[in-house]
Amino acid sequence: MQNLLNGIPLWWYLVVSAALFCIGLYGVLARKNAIALLMGVELMLNAANINLLAFWRYLTPASSGGLAFAAFVLVIAAAEAAVGLALIISVYRITRSIDPEKLDQMKL
Amino acid sequence: MSHETLTTLLWLAPLPPILAFAVIALFTNRYRQTSSTIAVLAMIASLVMSFIVFFSVWQMKDLGKKPIGGQIGWLPTGETVLNIGVVVDPLGATFLFMVPLACTLIFIYSIGYMSADPRYTRFFAYLSLFAGSMMGLVVSDNLLTLFIFWELMGFCSYSLIGFFYQKPSAYKAAVKAFMTTRVGDMLLLLGMVYLYAQTGTLNFHAILHNEEVLKELAATPAVLGLGISAAGLIAILIFGGTVGKSAQWPLHVWLPDAMEGPTPVSAMIHAATMVSAGIFMLLRFFPLLLAAGEHSAAFTIVGLIGAFTAFLGATIAVAQYDIKRVLAFSTISQLGFMVAAVGIGAYVAAAFHLLTHAFFKALLFLASGSVIHGMEHGHHHVSHAHHSGHEGHSAHGHAPHGEHADPTGDDAHAFDPQDMRNMGGLRARMPITFVTFLIGGLALAGFPFITAGFWSKDEIFADAYYHGLVKGDGLATLVFLVLVASALLTAFYTMRQIAMTFLGQPRTEAAAHATESVPSMTFPLIVLAVFALFIGFINIPKDFPIFGALMGDGAFWLKNFIASMLLEKPEPLAFNIVPVLFSIGVALGGLALGWLVYARHPLQAGQTDPVEKLPVFDFLHHRWYWDELYRKIFINPLQAIADNYSRVVDKGVIDRILEGGYALGARVTQGFAEFDRVVITGFSDAVGRFFRSLGDWGRELQTGQVQNYLLSGLIMVIAILAFFLFLFQ
Repeated sequence: MQNLLNGIPLWWYLVVSAALFCIGLYGVLARKNAIALLMGVELMLNAANINLLAFWRYLTPASSGGLAFAAFVLVIAAAEAAVGLALIISVYRITRSIDPEKLDQMKL
Repeated sequence: MSHETLTTLLWLAPLPPILAFAVIALFTNRYRQTSSTIAVLAMIASLVMSFIVFFSVWQMKDLGKKPIGGQIGWLPTGETVLNIGVVVDPLGATFLFMVPLACTLIFIYSIGYMSADPRYTRFFAYLSLFAGSMMGLVVSDNLLTLFIFWELMGFCSYSLIGFFYQKPSAYKAAVKAFMTTRVGDMLLLLGMVYLYAQTGTLNFHAILHNEEVLKELAATPAVLGLGISAAGLIAILIFGGTVGKSAQWPLHVWLPDAMEGPTPVSAMIHAATMVSAGIFMLLRFFPLLLAAGEHSAAFTIVGLIGAFTAFLGATIAVAQYDIKRVLAFSTISQLGFMVAAVGIGAYVAAAFHLLTHAFFKALLFLASGSVIHGMEHGHHHVSHAHHSGHEGHSAHGHAPHGEHADPTGDDAHAFDPQDMRNMGGLRARMPITFVTFLIGGLALAGFPFITAGFWSKDEIFADAYYHGLVKGDGLATLVFLVLVASALLTAFYTMRQIAMTFLGQPRTEAAAHATESVPSMTFPLIVLAVFALFIGFINIPKDFPIFGALMGDGAFWLKNFIASMLLEKPEPLAFNIVPVLFSIGVALGGLALGWLVYARHPLQAGQTDPVEKLPVFDFLHHRWYWDELYRKIFINPLQAIADNYSRVVDKGVIDRILEGGYALGARVTQGFAEFDRVVITGFSDAVGRFFRSLGDWGRELQTGQVQNYLLSGLIMVIAILAFFLFLFQ
C-alpha cells in the first residue's frame, strides 16, 4: 500500500478523474437516450468520488472526512438513479420515447 | 346737537340713496311701485339727515374756521395713511340744504313723469346713485373721495343721458357727455396728483385753511416753468375739472346734447348734481385761487372763461326752438355767471347764484317736462281721435313719451312735442305749469325784488361793478359789461320762451288738447316755485333800501355764513345804486323787448319766428358752429389718425409681425417635430427594439430541453471559473 502510494503520484488519479468526468459530461450532453444520460451523471459522480478519495488519502489520511463524503455521494447517486429511472419510465409511458430532445414540455 | 351725532349723520347722509340703488338693482327691479317707493323714501331719509345737520349748524358763526366732521384712516401710503372723512362747513351746509331738497322733489316728480316707461325701476336706481354720489361729494372732506363721487356722477350721467339707448342720438349724447367731461376730469386728476405731491395731503381743511401751506404753494414756482406759482397751476388744473363738469367753454358742447335724457335727469344734471358739483369744487378751492394772487393768471382764466361762456350760452339760447335746449344753453350761460363771479373774487355771490339757480332751473326743467308731457297727451288725444284703435298706447292709457323712443310709434317721430313752434296757448290748458314756469322764468330773467334770481344776479353785478368800475380792475370791468349784456339776452329769451309756449293761440292740435299733469308732478313744481321766489331773501345786502331793513338781522346771512370759509373776510361792499339799476334795467329791458316781439302779437300757426330775420340767426341756431368746429379739428383728424393707424400700424405692422411670428413658430415647431421623431422617438424605439431582440434571444434559450440547460450551466461554470482564475491569479 505504501508502495502504491509511493509509486503513483496524486495527479494520476486526478487525470483519471478528469477523464472520467469529461466522458460523463459528454454522455450527459450528447446522448439521445435518457438512460445513457443518467449513466453519464453516474460517471461524473464517480469522477468526483475518485477526487475525494484521492485528496483524502494523499493529503489528510488521519481524518475520515473524505471517506464520509464519498459514502454520502454513493448513497445520493443511488437515490438519484432510483428517482431518475422512475421519471424516465413514467415519461416513457406518456410519450413512448425517452429521447431527451423530445422532452420539452417544460418550455415556456 | 353734539358734534359726534352730527358727524355720524354726515357719514350716513349719502348712504340711503346709494343703498336704494343697490336694493333696486339687485332685488326689487321687477316691482315698479316698490322700487320707486324705496328710492323716494331713501331720498327723504337723506333729506331728513341733511336738514338736521343744516339746521344744527346754520347759526354757528365760526363753522368755517372749525368745521364739524370726522376722519378715518383709509389708504396706507407707506409710512403715512391717507385719511378720508366727512365735513360740514358753511359751503357744505348750504349744499346739504339745496341738494337733497331738489333731489327729493325731482324724485317725486319722476314717479309721475316716468310712469309709462318700461325701464322705470332702472331709472330710479340710476337716479338714486346719482343723488347719493352728489351727497357724498358734498360731505367729502378731501379731494380723493370727492373725485370718486365726481366720477360716479360721470357714470350716472352717462347712463341717464343714454337712458333711451335705442335712440342713436341718445347714446351718442351719452358718449359725448362722458368723453367731453373726461377731458376736464383728466386735468382735475393732474391737479390732484400735483397737489398731493406738493402738500402730501388731500384734505381740504389741511390745505385750504392752512396759511403756511397756501403760502408755500404760492411761493413755489410751477413745474413747467410757466411763470406762475404752483398754487396757480394747481388751481387752473382743478378748474379744468370744473370746465368739464360745469360745461364751460370750450367743453360746453355736451350739456345741450344731454337733453336726450329724460327730463327729470336734465333737472338733476342742471340743478342739483352734475354741474353744481363743478362750481362747488371751484368754490371749495377758492382759497387756493386767492393764494395764487389777486390778479394771477388763474383768476384771469377763470374770469374770462366764465364771462365768455355766459355770453356764448345766452346768445345761443335766443335762437333755439327746443324747449329744453333753450334751458340747457341758459344753464351754460348761468354757470358762466357763477364762474365769472369766482374769477373776479366774488366767491359768495357765485355760491348764492348757484343756490338760487339750482331751485329755479330745476323748476324750469320740471315745468318744461310737464309741458312736454302735456303736449304728448294732447298729441295722443288727437291721433287717437283721428284713427281709433291706433297702436302704441301703454297700459296707463296714454302714449309713451316721444322722448321715450318708442320704436313702433311712427307718429312720435314726425311730431316733436319739445318744439316750441308746436306749442302756444298752453296757459289755459296747463295753469299750474304755466304759473310755476312763469315764476321760474322771471327768476331766471332776474325780475326785480320778488324773485330769487334778481338778488343773486344783483350780487354778482355789485361785485363786478365795484371791482371793475370803482376800483378799476380791467378784468372785472369786462366781466361786468359782458354779464350785463348776457343778462339782457337772458331776460329776452326767457320772455320769448314763455310767450311761445304759453301765450296766444295753440298752433297745433296737440297744443290745443294738452292736459295738466298729475299731482305728483305739479306738487314739486309748486314747492320749487316757492323757493324760486323766496330763497333770495337769505342774502339781501343790509343797506339795500327797504328790503335790507325788512330782513333785519337775517339780511346778508349767507354772506356772513359762507364768507367765514375764507382766511380773510372780504370787506363788505358799500351799497351802490348803479349796479342795481343796471340789474333792474337789463331784466326789465330784456323782458320788455321779449314782450314787444313775442307777447304783444303771439306767433300764429305757420308764422316764422322773428329772430330768424336776424342776420346772425344761422350762426346762433347752429351754436356758433362749435360742434362742427370740433368735428373738423378734433374728431375728424382723430378718426383719420385712427383709420390710418388701423391700416398702417395694425394691419401693416402688427399683423405682419404676428404673421411673421406665426411662420417662425411653425418652423420651430417643425424642427421640434423632426427632433422628436428622430432623436426622442428613435432612441426610445431603439431601446425597445434592443430589449425586444434580447428577449427574443433569451426566448431561444428556453428550449425546455434539459441538455441545453446543462450546457448553458456548464458554460456559466467555466465562465465563473475563468473569472475567478483571472481575478485571483
